[in-house]
Amino acid sequence: MTTAAQTTESRLERYAELQRQLPKGDAFLREFRGKGLEAFTSMGFPTTDQEAWIYTNVAPIARTPFVLSQSRVIDRAAIAEVSIRDTAVAELVFVNGLFSTELSKLDATSGLEISPFDATSTHASKELFGQLATIDQPFVALNAALLDHGVVIKASRRVIVAAPVHLLFVATAQPQAQIISPRILIVAEESSHVAVVETYTSLDRANYFTNSVTEVFVAENADVDHTRVQRESLHAFHVSTVAVRQARSSVYASHAMNFGGGLVRNDIKSLLAGEGSDCSLDGLFVLDGRQHVDNHTVIDHATPHTTSNELYKGILDGESRGIFDGSIIVRKAAQKTSSRQTNNNLLLSDSAIVDTKPQLEIYADDVKCNHGSTIGQLNEEALFYLQSRAIGADDARSLLTYAFASEVVSRVKVAAVRDQLSAMLLNQLPGARNS
Amino acid sequence: MLEITNLHARVDEKEILKGLNLSVQPGEVHAIMGPNGSGKSTLANVLVGRPHYHVTSGEVLFEGKDLMVMAPELRAREGVFLAFQYPVEIPGVNNTYFLRAALNAVRKHRGLEELDAVDFLQLLRQKMKSVELDEGLVNRPVNEGFSGGEKKRNEILQMAVLDPKLAILDETDSGLDIDALRIVADGVNGLRSELHSVIVITHYQRLLNYLVPDFVHVLHEGRIVKSGGKELAHDLEKRGYGWIEEEFAAAAR
Repeated sequence: MTTAAQTTESRLERYAELQRQLPKGDAFLREFRGKGLEAFTSMGFPTTDQEAWIYTNVAPIARTPFVLSQSRVIDRAAIAEVSIRDTAVAELVFVNGLFSTELSKLDATSGLEISPFDATSTHASKELFGQLATIDQPFVALNAALLDHGVVIKASRRVIVAAPVHLLFVATAQPQAQIISPRILIVAEESSHVAVVETYTSLDRANYFTNSVTEVFVAENADVDHTRVQRESLHAFHVSTVAVRQARSSVYASHAMNFGGGLVRNDIKSLLAGEGSDCSLDGLFVLDGRQHVDNHTVIDHATPHTTSNELYKGILDGESRGIFDGSIIVRKAAQKTSSRQTNNNLLLSDSAIVDTKPQLEIYADDVKCNHGSTIGQLNEEALFYLQSRAIGADDARSLLTYAFASEVVSRVKVAAVRDQLSAMLLNQLPGARNS
Repeated sequence: MLEITNLHARVDEKEILKGLNLSVQPGEVHAIMGPNGSGKSTLANVLVGRPHYHVTSGEVLFEGKDLMVMAPELRAREGVFLAFQYPVEIPGVNNTYFLRAALNAVRKHRGLEELDAVDFLQLLRQKMKSVELDEGLVNRPVNEGFSGGEKKRNEILQMAVLDPKLAILDETDSGLDIDALRIVADGVNGLRSELHSVIVITHYQRLLNYLVPDFVHVLHEGRIVKSGGKELAHDLEKRGYGWIEEEFAAAAR
């Protein structure tokens, strides 16, 4: 007879075994993985007793015996739909988490330093790993424990590259569920500009676990535009952590688009560490069936004259469940902060559930903070108006749902991705074939 | 074209139309006037199938077909159009996209080929000129941020594009300045032909100077109590509705 504690222990022991199976790295990597594993093993998977996890039960992840990915074989044609290589300055393709040179486009003359790495690479920026996404978070620790492939993107001082860097993570169906641990580091030096798009997608009905960590350093007067498109299989687990640190007068914009995944948790945290820095977080989650997507964001205003603007929208159909938990912290020193947070949700079925939890912690007295959230159905008046103009009821519903989402989609700056998102929305909507 | 017989209707639980009869032939323009609460807007909304407006008895035939059993979009495709008194704003839905979807739904129903973006734009530009709406406005989300007059003109633009057999104007003239009024009237006059019919619901005689009706009806307590030619509108303008109500009350005694 096994006790619950023994079960938990043996489940965590599996990750030590996975770590042993990874390609050996240098001393830095061994230590990094070791610390990650130690932290993860001592914490274990979070449970719904923990405040940050009350809406999301990760037991299905905890009980799945994952394996490391091996195969990186796919047909180029299979990723044509998600590829933006024609307009991207670089497109790095990771198949089951493993970097594929053959499928990638990597132009050395871009002006950016784009360095995909694996265990055998030595990269100067590695010491920045873990500074923003800390291993006191279980999934960050687990990512560190299994660190293998990833990428460092660096824009040197005053380098401005308008075209995006596309990081395309493709998963394939394997006999046993894989764990994929992407690691991304974005460093924008003083007065630089870089746009990064992360896309997560899967072929077939793949069942796997993506556990990604992205760290973003935005130096003084630098500008980072960051888009994450999650369109994975409905059988996939997806946990992502994005940690950002912004220096004086920097700009960081996030566009977090969630369409796929069965069980999804996204954490974004930005620290406005320098005066006059600006952070905007946009998000969209379009859910159906039994999908569960939990979005946690933290915007930490630590210095004066910082601004933030957050807009998250949810569209929920079927028996899906969506969560928006958005914290705005305004530290005592952060006078003259201006912050706006909005979360609007559209429920398309009676069985869908959305939880919206705006949290303001304000310690400064001279600040301007607005927040609001709504949960509603489609506007009956608008629906009738469209019908009265000959548009069928299903098409009218789709049109209004699309319109609801378009406010967030239209803010995506990378045009090729924006087009993909529009197409995806149109595909996903009921009866949405109206020219 | 339109035959309304003994129509009774309620809005939610309140009975508003109480035995209304009206016959509109192709090519005719009918004005329906009457005091507030007489049922003018209810009639308009019942005809296009607005939710919460329920027909309790009576019949409405449009070109011989029972209009009341049709979904709103089907009525529109058959050729019934209502220019709303208060057009809604639809953020995020582009006016041009919306109009093309609407027109193509109508064309498909009539067995015509759907218009592509280029052909549609050509048609739209031509119609836009007639209602003096500029391109910037037409490319915005439907009615969003439009002034009252712009919303009304946008209704007329939609009417011009969709080319309905029966156009119903629900107080389209209310709140318009004289220029906008003329544009609206011109828009409707442009539609007039022996095949098109118009029902103008209005409070005021003013619009009828530009849009001369063949018949004028007075609605009172959910029934048409007086019908006449265009001169009836002038009488109403001069004398108000009081005398009609008195006549009606006397007749009822």
